[in-house]
Amino acid sequence: MNWHNIVTVYLKELKDSLRDRRTLLSTIIIPTLVMPLLTFGVGKVASVVINRARGETPSIVILGGEDSPGVVAQLKASKKFRVVASTADWKQRIGDKQIRAAVRIPEKFEAGLRAGAAAPVVIYHYEGELKSMLGVGELEKFFRDLRDQTVTARLAERALPPSLVRPFEFSRENVAPPEKVGGNLIGGFVPYLIIILCFTGAMYPAMDLTAGEKERGTMETLLCSPVARVDLVLGKFLMVLTGSLSAMVFMLVSMGATAFIAGSMWAGGGKAAPLAAAAAAKDSASVIPMIDPLGLLGVLAMVLPVAVLFSAVIFTVALFAKSYKEAQSYVGPLVLVIIMPAVLGMLPGIDLNFRLALVPILNLSLVCKEMLSGVWHWEYIALIFGSSCVYAGLALALAVRMFNREDVIFRT
Amino acid sequence: MIEARLLTKTFRDKKRGEIHAVDAVSFRAEPGRIYGLLGANGAGKTTTLRLLATLLKPTSGSATVAGFDVVREPEKVRANVGFLAASTALYGRLTAREMITYFGRLHGLADPEIKARLARLAVQLDMEEFLDRRCDKFSTGMKQKTSIARTLIHDPAVMVFDEPTLGLDVMTARAIVRFVRECRDRGKTVIYSTHVMSEVEKLCDTIGIIHDGRLLAEGTLAGLRTQYGEQDMEEIFVKVAGGEAKP
Repeated sequence: MNWHNIVTVYLKELKDSLRDRRTLLSTIIIPTLVMPLLTFGVGKVASVVINRARGETPSIVILGGEDSPGVVAQLKASKKFRVVASTADWKQRIGDKQIRAAVRIPEKFEAGLRAGAAAPVVIYHYEGELKSMLGVGELEKFFRDLRDQTVTARLAERALPPSLVRPFEFSRENVAPPEKVGGNLIGGFVPYLIIILCFTGAMYPAMDLTAGEKERGTMETLLCSPVARVDLVLGKFLMVLTGSLSAMVFMLVSMGATAFIAGSMWAGGGKAAPLAAAAAAKDSASVIPMIDPLGLLGVLAMVLPVAVLFSAVIFTVALFAKSYKEAQSYVGPLVLVIIMPAVLGMLPGIDLNFRLALVPILNLSLVCKEMLSGVWHWEYIALIFGSSCVYAGLALALAVRMFNREDVIFRT
Repeated sequence: MIEARLLTKTFRDKKRGEIHAVDAVSFRAEPGRIYGLLGANGAGKTTTLRLLATLLKPTSGSATVAGFDVVREPEKVRANVGFLAASTALYGRLTAREMITYFGRLHGLADPEIKARLARLAVQLDMEEFLDRRCDKFSTGMKQKTSIARTLIHDPAVMVFDEPTLGLDVMTARAIVRFVRECRDRGKTVIYSTHVMSEVEKLCDTIGIIHDGRLLAEGTLAGLRTQYGEQDMEEIFVKVAGGEAKP
């Protein structure tokens, strides 16, 4: 190994890659844009859609209730929903989203209420449809209030205190520290993004520096130089690693900037917005900056060997290909292999144990989730870092070996 | 100086079994002379030259290039060889100057030395006006000049040319041939592979005819003419290769 040669190769590959649009796109531009797009793009659209759904008065249909004019009148008088005429196809209309819910008032409901016991009211809705669920919420609130009013009236009739039916109150309070809340809410998502970006960041330089060079005929030119092949591999590998890490760093920096901007924007404009939007904004604004900065540093350290692993694996696979296109068709499916453990790690309820700590990628995903929420299991951290280094070393050794194989490097 | 002794390269192929791409080839190429390797496509020319340039390792046999053994000291061999093939391309996103400087550095030259040599080569090859333009925008002629400068930056004692005129127009091909002669006149050992008979006649001091991986005949043009009783190189080649190809 000759570091002077490795650095020469690395610097040339760096210069070359900085002039390659595809590599710039995957290592700098996309990682920088992904968080702002998710936050301001998808997040904004989602909050607009939800607010519009909340802002609209839900249309409902009343079924029956001819002999209970009081309740019907109250429903019609309510500003929370709009009662529309009932038709025979009301179920179909809920499905078609023309109305949000229907309520069946049983026969002799008011008479039963006066007698002391009434048949139950049934609310029809479309499970899983957001607008329908919002309509149901309003209807349930209406009938809960009606029931409470009835109870209060009856207690008053008998001159009994309200505490008879509400002997005590209870409330709930959060004991989790704020960074723990943030870690759990986005702790699963950030490692997932980091893993994906580390992979895609390594992907284009790796394919360009191996299969791309073979295809363009520069690999043979390079092999004519007196530099040892191991130096060529390491110089190229360092460039691939740079791509992987730069994708991650650009993503994290842009995430920090996004959180900062979003936080100050929502905190300032929150009061003017509708109540629901303000509440949602407050949640996200308080969550993102609450990530433990120390945890983030820990994540960076843990990602390092995995970035080496990714870079070496993609390098080896792409080296085998004859052309850029062939390399893409090998490396493309690898993304799925990476995503699966990353997604598993995002699921709530999957926690680290000694066996999972040895599963590459999944272990990173899980330990990052813990670190971001301020939990430091040092024995797991050591095990994961150690095993990741071993995997990375093996992959790198494999890459060097492949580069020395004539049937791989001259595969035509 | 190049000396090949029973150089052999065998590839394994799933469908065709063992292929003897180069089969016990022995020859000597002297400084100040051009050794021409003549053969049809697939005869083993490229493999032979790749073995000499240590891009491939021989299965058996050995070769000495510029005094170094291709198996034991491949890096020293490469440091003394300039390898130019139709298949050795340029980095499209680098300028000609960056490309040549990169290879100078890979050869262990210091930057001031590279700068001085590059300035000299640029004048010799008349490439000053496009030196700072990117290679992917070059014409074939400009690419060839840049490749030549790349092979010469470390001033190698041995030059290996693998079908360097393949796919070039007449003017560019002539420039290459002129350049090969210049290498010889400066006392370099030159080995030149081609399947073009006229190039061999014009250029080579010694001719080796390679067919199916074996070196079947060797000699000067005059010697081969007397030996096979033919004036035309093509007729000599057909005789050596064992007659016309079967239809």
